[in-house]
Amino acid sequence: MLRDITLGQYYQTDSYVHRLDPRVKIVATLVYIVSLFVVDNFIGYLIAALILAVAIMRSNVPVKFIFKGMKAIYFLLAITMVFNLFLTPGEPLITFWKLKITKEGLKIAIMMGVRLVFLITGSSIMTLTTTPNQLTDGLESLMNPLKALHVPVHEISMMMSIALRFIPILMEETDKIMKAQMARGADFESGSLIQRAKSLIPLLVPLFISAFRRAGDLAMAMEARCYRGGEGRTKMKPLKYKQQDIITYVVILLYLCLMIAVGIIF
Amino acid sequence: MAIILDHVNYIYEAETAMARVALNDVSLQIPDGQFIGLIGHTGSGKSTLVQHLNGLMKPTSGAVYFDGKDINDPEYDRKNLRAKVGLVFQYPEHQLFEINCFLDVCFGPKNLGLSQKEVELRAYDALKKVGLPDEYFYQSPFDLSGGQKRRVAIAGVLAMKPDVLILDEPTAGLDPKGRDEILDLISELHDTLGITVILVSHSMEDVANYVDRIIVMNKGEAVFDGAPKEVFSHYKELEEIGLAAPQVTYVMEELREAGFNVNTDATTIEEAADEIMRIFQ
Repeated sequence: MLRDITLGQYYQTDSYVHRLDPRVKIVATLVYIVSLFVVDNFIGYLIAALILAVAIMRSNVPVKFIFKGMKAIYFLLAITMVFNLFLTPGEPLITFWKLKITKEGLKIAIMMGVRLVFLITGSSIMTLTTTPNQLTDGLESLMNPLKALHVPVHEISMMMSIALRFIPILMEETDKIMKAQMARGADFESGSLIQRAKSLIPLLVPLFISAFRRAGDLAMAMEARCYRGGEGRTKMKPLKYKQQDIITYVVILLYLCLMIAVGIIF
Repeated sequence: MAIILDHVNYIYEAETAMARVALNDVSLQIPDGQFIGLIGHTGSGKSTLVQHLNGLMKPTSGAVYFDGKDINDPEYDRKNLRAKVGLVFQYPEHQLFEINCFLDVCFGPKNLGLSQKEVELRAYDALKKVGLPDEYFYQSPFDLSGGQKRRVAIAGVLAMKPDVLILDEPTAGLDPKGRDEILDLISELHDTLGITVILVSHSMEDVANYVDRIIVMNKGEAVFDGAPKEVFSHYKELEEIGLAAPQVTYVMEELREAGFNVNTDATTIEEAADEIMRIFQ
């Protein structure tokens, strides 16, 4: 059941998007998110949908896989839309009991829904096509200027990559401990809220202990390989911009200009 | 309380591009009181198989019967089944969570809804059976040695009084002395309690001395099933799937090839020694 969450999981294949420099993908994703907030009209969303479609096509990730991973946010999406639909004041369209749907509410609800879906699809394309290691490498490189302000950039990115690496490990561990306790008659699914919270103790205690044990082992292994922070550390695969990265930057820049223009004109 | 597996198939992540067959048409009968060794390589499907026996995993197709009833029937009481079919996972000490050993062993029987008195009696009894010294009863399980922790974890399952005890790699990560102690303990539990024991292992050497039946798994299929002597006679095929017969089997085979008239059925060092002594008399 925990395995069903595929939102943001790396999808292994080869494609134009997979081969892009992670920095390009991070910048492109940020630009895309910003662009969704500068426009609030139909044409703007059409352009955003088009560029998203192009990105999905060139990423070779099956569309089914992308949307399967979004199941987790359907609930959030529904709440956002319902609140906007009923709580926006304006010209009423339908009124029943104390609730009324307004024209403005309908417009905002649809807009917010579309925006949210685009936002999540856009950022999941980045995580689907970039390994966590590439992602943190890219972030480290992008944050490099902050070193001048004494921000521990390398340490932050190392922590991030370790955290990301531990997610699947801990998920597997949870599954294992859960089964072991179920074999001893534990029940995680029924009972009152308090009973259920209590039933988590036999799961959480071993999980924390195992996380600490793994963290200790990892620290030892890193030390055994002479890890001593980012100072003077070289990379096996240094990030270098290639032609396709520059082309993508240009496309993204043009896209942003277009979106701003559309946002101002309409 | 026999267990019957009827054409059980299990596929991981079925209907996706990453589908992997873990069990392929496994049919087995496990009668009462047997001591079974389930042998196979990492990834041969042996851990998947044992999780089907207490209903933690549901076969993709096929059925598992316990005591004549289909355990995957929606109305079947699987909680009760898990008390009857006790499963000790690999590295069971990783599931310990209570502040002392005694309370941890109480967890299983308490989940069965027994009275406090009965729970404590069973926990005490189980800890005695696994041979944990009394002074450790009220110590934190995390302060014990690896072998002792494992005893506590086995007691945790034993306290539910199972009819079938399944142990997944109970000797993994133990030193030779700890390994022998745990195996002796399991064998003793089988003899004194008269329960069915299924011992999952990747080492023939581990199980050869104890069990009366060996099931060999390879790539999700049960390839050999029989008495140890019978299974070890296929030592060439066993080698092909990356397993090996106990060393004595090889010694006896080589003696026979060298022209000595020995019986190659010997599976333990004692039997082999007797056999060699016999031909020199």
